[in-house]
Amino acid sequence: MSPEKEMEQLVNKKTGKEYGRGRSPAQDAFREFRRNKIAVAGVIFVTLVVLVAIFAPVFTPYSFAQQNRYSNRQKAFTGYDITTDFAEENCHWYNTPLEWGCTFYIAGSDPLGRDLWSRLIYGARVSLAVAFVASSVSLIIGMIYGTISGYAGGKVDMIMMRIVDFLYSVPLLPIIIMMTVYFKALARRGVTTGFMGTLIVLNRATGGLFFVFIAIGALNWLGMARQARGQVLSYKEKEFVEAARAIGAKDGHIMMKHLLPNVIGPLLIIESLQIPGYIFLEATLSFIGLGVDPPTPSWGAMINEGYGGIKSNPHLVLFPGIALALTTLAFNFMGDGLRDAFDARLRGRK
Amino acid sequence: MTKNNTLVRVEHLVKHFPITRGIVFQKQVGAVKAVDGVSFNIRKGETLGLVGESGCGKTTTGRTILQLHKPTSGKVFFQDIDLTEASEGTLRELRRNMQIIFQDPYASLNPRMTVGRIIAEPLEVHNIGSPKDRRDRVQELLRLVGLNPYFVNRYPHEFSGGQRQRIGVARALALEPEFIVCDEPISALDVSIQAQVVNLLEELQEEMGLTYLFIAHDLSMVKHISNRIAVMYLGKIVEMADRDVLFGNTLHPYSIALLSAVPLHNPAEERKRKRIILVGDVPSPANPPSGCRFHTRCPIAEKRCEMEDPEFREYEPGHWVACHFVEKAQQKMK
Repeated sequence: MSPEKEMEQLVNKKTGKEYGRGRSPAQDAFREFRRNKIAVAGVIFVTLVVLVAIFAPVFTPYSFAQQNRYSNRQKAFTGYDITTDFAEENCHWYNTPLEWGCTFYIAGSDPLGRDLWSRLIYGARVSLAVAFVASSVSLIIGMIYGTISGYAGGKVDMIMMRIVDFLYSVPLLPIIIMMTVYFKALARRGVTTGFMGTLIVLNRATGGLFFVFIAIGALNWLGMARQARGQVLSYKEKEFVEAARAIGAKDGHIMMKHLLPNVIGPLLIIESLQIPGYIFLEATLSFIGLGVDPPTPSWGAMINEGYGGIKSNPHLVLFPGIALALTTLAFNFMGDGLRDAFDARLRGRK
Repeated sequence: MTKNNTLVRVEHLVKHFPITRGIVFQKQVGAVKAVDGVSFNIRKGETLGLVGESGCGKTTTGRTILQLHKPTSGKVFFQDIDLTEASEGTLRELRRNMQIIFQDPYASLNPRMTVGRIIAEPLEVHNIGSPKDRRDRVQELLRLVGLNPYFVNRYPHEFSGGQRQRIGVARALALEPEFIVCDEPISALDVSIQAQVVNLLEELQEEMGLTYLFIAHDLSMVKHISNRIAVMYLGKIVEMADRDVLFGNTLHPYSIALLSAVPLHNPAEERKRKRIILVGDVPSPANPPSGCRFHTRCPIAEKRCEMEDPEFREYEPGHWVACHFVEKAQQKMK
């Protein structure tokens, strides 16, 4: 067929639009993803949590640190001792159409008389920050490390991968616990100068989250580096990489333009499947008191605060527990959907 | 032929791939002798066909000439510049003049790049023209290889094998090279498409005065396109001559056996002709036979063949062969 004829066929007769744009593999995957209802539900839930976390002040009547010592351990939808004065002084919803929300605690209050609902909402910020920041940190470090290692090959690859193997063989959780204990001790002594001081100031500014990021990043980039290296090794031998070398492209160009775009998809999927693990790890660290610093609310820390009185005040454990479970579940569904969408082998099997 | 006419000169090219053992402390325990002392010239504007069985080192030869593999020893001159000694920068500049078309049109195009970007990449790498110029050039190239210029925004997976191979050709032509290594460009295509691509390559050669090293194992296709043909066996060239000479007066026993496998168009002749079926498999290039490498399968081999590696000599003007018993082969095998 002559090019002119082919062109005619590409013109949409009705709209007169010139020619069709191709669909990239990513666009194909997106169409596939949209057909997966559970995954879409996961995405919607995660988006909701993200919105709620970003606009937390709008959704909460009280500050997460605001105490009312006459009104601790309240059950949900109660608030016997909230005085008009207290509400007027501290409730963000006062003098708004939501004013009715100031007179009771939506999810009850904790042993220190803080509004549990407000703490839950602000706690989402911590979990999501961990989900996105920690996973980006581990993805970026691992991807760069793995790509360089795989592309360089030979001795460089051998040394870089033995370093990863060595770090893998070290039990990281105890080391993270020791590191955090050490950091926290330094912080209590009030060190603010030097390298450690900078870290501590940074940590304080993020409400104790900085060390959690370091801990999770240090724990998880190793696996990512291995995955990235494996992917790079498989693509490095492809002829299009050889074609780029025949053109005269430099190593940096080949890595950025040919290897990374092909490698990043599978790595993102692996990373998204790890996110629930990160959220849990943060909750675990906070539960044993090594996560965020009080009064920053974290779902793990809240479960820790409440579990002593689980019989008399089950809501203190139940609400953060449910929030944690739902969020990790949503991330799981999302990750599964992504994996299915990008894996051509699973396509069309419904 | 004068020397000035030579575009590519290959001298005793050797490429050994090391076989190593051990994970931490690697030591070399041997080598796959993929290319083991190959010499030939390619003249400006001609097509040199390189044929041989799978695994005989054809592809490695092509890639080593372009320095995609670093040669173990030997020299490659391109326009009288020694590529094996050339610096990275010189080589990068020279790459504008020598390109490659790959065998597998499915693996040779990056699936995450649009056709426009794939073809424009050589121009980007060498900083040629403005983005607008490059776009125009890409459309021109697509038209040149017989594709719709409006395909620029499509992805490789939306094309058929033949179309993809045309995209590969367009990419190779983007820098207006003089010399193109065609590394089995048609082996992965359907027969009907093969003819199209070969004709395209021929037309382009006429239009742009290209020089080809055409690597293939399909003898009829090589006969169609080549001016001269070199036959490779286990890392060495065993016979090289003008196309008609090679097909008319085959000298080396391996070439005779190889050519006897080409089907003839006339069934009556086909019935009459003598098929030579070689016994055994190609020996491993990691451990090639002593002396003449073909002696393990050669129907006329003698004691001398085991001991002595035959010299690659000019048997008659322009007709090179590496065999001790050329006359015997003529009598016994034809």
